[in-house]
Amino acid sequence: MHKGIALTEAVEQISDGSTLMIGGFMGIGSPHRLIGELVRQNRKELTVIANDTARPGFAIGRLIDAKLVRTLVVSHIGTNPETQRQMIAGEITVDLVPQGTLAERIRAAGYGLGGVLTPTGVGTLVAEGAQSVEVAGRTFLLALPIAADFALVGAHRADYSGNLSYALTARNFNPIMAMAATTVVAEAAEIVPIGVMPPDDVITPGSVVDYLIEREIVNGR
Amino acid sequence: MDVKEIIARRIALELRSGNLVNLGIGLPTAVASYVPHGVDVFFQAENGLIGMQPLPDPGFADENLSDPGGSFVGAVPGACSFDSCMSFGLIRGGHLDVTVLGGLEVDERGLLANWMVPGKMVPGMGGAMDLVTGSRRVIVAMMHTAKGRPKILRKCTLPLTSTRPVNLIVTELAVLEPTPDGMLLKEVAPGLSAKDVAAATDARLVIPTEIPTMRLTP
Repeated sequence: MHKGIALTEAVEQISDGSTLMIGGFMGIGSPHRLIGELVRQNRKELTVIANDTARPGFAIGRLIDAKLVRTLVVSHIGTNPETQRQMIAGEITVDLVPQGTLAERIRAAGYGLGGVLTPTGVGTLVAEGAQSVEVAGRTFLLALPIAADFALVGAHRADYSGNLSYALTARNFNPIMAMAATTVVAEAAEIVPIGVMPPDDVITPGSVVDYLIEREIVNGR
Repeated sequence: MDVKEIIARRIALELRSGNLVNLGIGLPTAVASYVPHGVDVFFQAENGLIGMQPLPDPGFADENLSDPGGSFVGAVPGACSFDSCMSFGLIRGGHLDVTVLGGLEVDERGLLANWMVPGKMVPGMGGAMDLVTGSRRVIVAMMHTAKGRPKILRKCTLPLTSTRPVNLIVTELAVLEPTPDGMLLKEVAPGLSAKDVAAATDARLVIPTEIPTMRLTP
């Protein structure tokens, strides 16, 4: 199946107010072209689920700079003073989730689970409003699944069918998010013909990828 | 010696060959520079790597390889990479031997607060809550006081990071261990007395008759 789509066309499908999962950790492994196009097309009132907001001028920080985000679900914003400013000014709602819990909530949604029991956050502010569950004498918090309209995934390599592999620490949340959204859009540094990627190297099966952003040829025609 | 170097050097002596170790951003990161010769540890980065090491040259940076703060790093031979679920499975699942974190406050039971100051600074907890809850050993690296005020308190005033007590606290003044009887003063920095430490501490200290001087070399 042909998964290729032009960058502009992919972002045209994302309406104002959408919930987006965006891969990357401090911008490493983020889908930078998709983020740039969201800014260019001025997609507003977004809910963004991600590990962090990187820093001003970079990765998800560009969406914050352009004031396109209404609600954030992230594990930290300490590296982006502009996110903190908008939060304190009441322009943006920030839901802080422990990083491991955020990963598991996304995984739960993508893997068809009703939630995950985690010891993280028991007895802290995170436990407020969360259901406690006792298992074999230990207390856990019920972490509920979190899904999105779109997952914007940054990959290292893709084949035409959408099979994806990742590089080093650029993997992070990308493969988990690719399972947890209605529509999955992948952006890869390299696109190769079907059959080039050994099956064992594929981390995200192309079956879950809806669109693959087409190459941008800079030199030549 | 710089006070932060004192803290980093002392904590480095806590590491054992074969340990899987996570270092927090800031002061804890410096611990990596003082691991004694012959002690082989692997550093885990929660953004998805075991085997992090500094870059030999900034020009060798790889855009796909950073530490959790987003600074480019290198990887040792034998390193491996993984996604965020695996990374926190290692942390929560009891596979991480040691985590070293910064602290805003620690109380005399060893409970740590290090992720927010309500109304002032809300950076978020990142991986800290998982690290303190799941790591086999938790070491706090911090200055003993902030603007002259003690950070080791009878009870934390800031929101807690976890209800799991930390195992060791290393400051520029002392090494302390939370025990059921109170905060045990284990070592004092060279040239200081137990009295000096007590004067800078709000928590009740358990002070043995003999207190060794803080070791800074193996």
